[in-house]
Amino acid sequence: MSVQYKLVTCTINGVERSGMVDVRASLTDMLRNDYRLTSVKKGCEVGECGACNVIIDGECFNSCIYLAVWAEGKNIRTLESLLGPNGELSDIQQAFVDETAIQCGFCSPGFIMTAVEILEAGKLYTDDELRKLLSGHLCRCTGYENILRAVKKTMYKRLGVEWTEE
Amino acid sequence: MYDMKALYEAGSVAEAIELLQEHPQAQIIAGGSDVLVQMREGKRAGAELVSIYGLDELRGVTLEADGTIRIGSLTSFSHITKDPIIQKYINVLGEAVDMVGGPQIRNIGTIGGNTCNGVTSADSASTLFAWDAIVELTGPDGVRRISIKDFYIKAGVVDLKPAEIQTAILIPKKSYEGYQGHYIKYAMRNAMDIATTGCSVNVRLSDDKKIIEDVRIAYGVAGPIPMRAPAAEKMGNGKVVSREVIEDFSKAVLEDLHARTSWRATKEFREHLAVELAKRALTESVHLAGGEIA
Repeated sequence: MSVQYKLVTCTINGVERSGMVDVRASLTDMLRNDYRLTSVKKGCEVGECGACNVIIDGECFNSCIYLAVWAEGKNIRTLESLLGPNGELSDIQQAFVDETAIQCGFCSPGFIMTAVEILEAGKLYTDDELRKLLSGHLCRCTGYENILRAVKKTMYKRLGVEWTEE
Repeated sequence: MYDMKALYEAGSVAEAIELLQEHPQAQIIAGGSDVLVQMREGKRAGAELVSIYGLDELRGVTLEADGTIRIGSLTSFSHITKDPIIQKYINVLGEAVDMVGGPQIRNIGTIGGNTCNGVTSADSASTLFAWDAIVELTGPDGVRRISIKDFYIKAGVVDLKPAEIQTAILIPKKSYEGYQGHYIKYAMRNAMDIATTGCSVNVRLSDDKKIIEDVRIAYGVAGPIPMRAPAAEKMGNGKVVSREVIEDFSKAVLEDLHARTSWRATKEFREHLAVELAKRALTESVHLAGGEIA
């Protein structure tokens, strides 16, 4: 069987991109290999760890179990889109640094993109709700408490609500 | 890269059926959270796939003229949970599918895929059994509608004829009007886990909220496919709401269940769970329906 390709046009981090894609590729393959967006990590590759998480049309998806050809016409955002014009960190990335929510960093891009979806909802979630919303990610350096605190702190800041740590 | 022989993308339901007729060996892929994982594991390696993921006509929840709730088969779990029609008439289904996997899985996983893979642990299936859902299948000979009970044949096998796809799940008005229900998933973790046993109960009380007019109960992982417990239902129907009735009802579920030992849990533990979950889910359903337990 000869290799089958398809032209896929989509918006990636605000820019319209077009390219021939092997139909067997996952979206992770396409983002990493064709567009060099290496924040999208290859972890478990079966949709369990969340390291490859990206935002597609406003919702989070594990790009490892998403066929690249399904990206046609979609609006895709990866961690790279969060940086300012001179490489400045966004508030949520800075909060991960400040709260030591990073050790090896492999899970961080996936976690941060889920955090972006949480923050963009503009709601004040409880700790239990935040834990559930963040539950699709594994961190093998066991940094969950710090990650929760980084997301929570940024959520309070963006909503202009004062947060005093218990 | 996935080990796939070829991919055919359907642009419409009619085209999906044609593609399945042209490629009889091909397997259907919807959201892919089962198919792609199994392909990665080698189980479906080298397969031809017909992708129906692009069929937006199969997405969304609508209320038909006769009051039937129509859930397009490609509607994702998260969209079912957020849907105002589901929240208003059959909130328990939204709650049940909110327990599948984790957030990203609930964005890609579809209710059609959850039922077509034929597994007993599907979080949507026990609730659909408990609400007498109808499965709509579209194939070369047109549309047919069958009860979800008849759709499941045996573990991993559903009544999907060659070149047929599931296009909707329907909940008729008489199945949901006046009912309130509750689902409990028992698993080892709160996220990214498969139910050890799941139990979905719903109840319709009399106008004075004292009598159980109708009670329905269904399980996942209490047998090879999702199943109802008719003996318990028969026992509960027409009874005055009381602690004793709920107790007797929950014990009666064992007359119908076929729990077995697997690496996840023993038969004995599953039977213990089945009784306890029945009790708790019926108690909660009665509360939701406005009843008080004497």
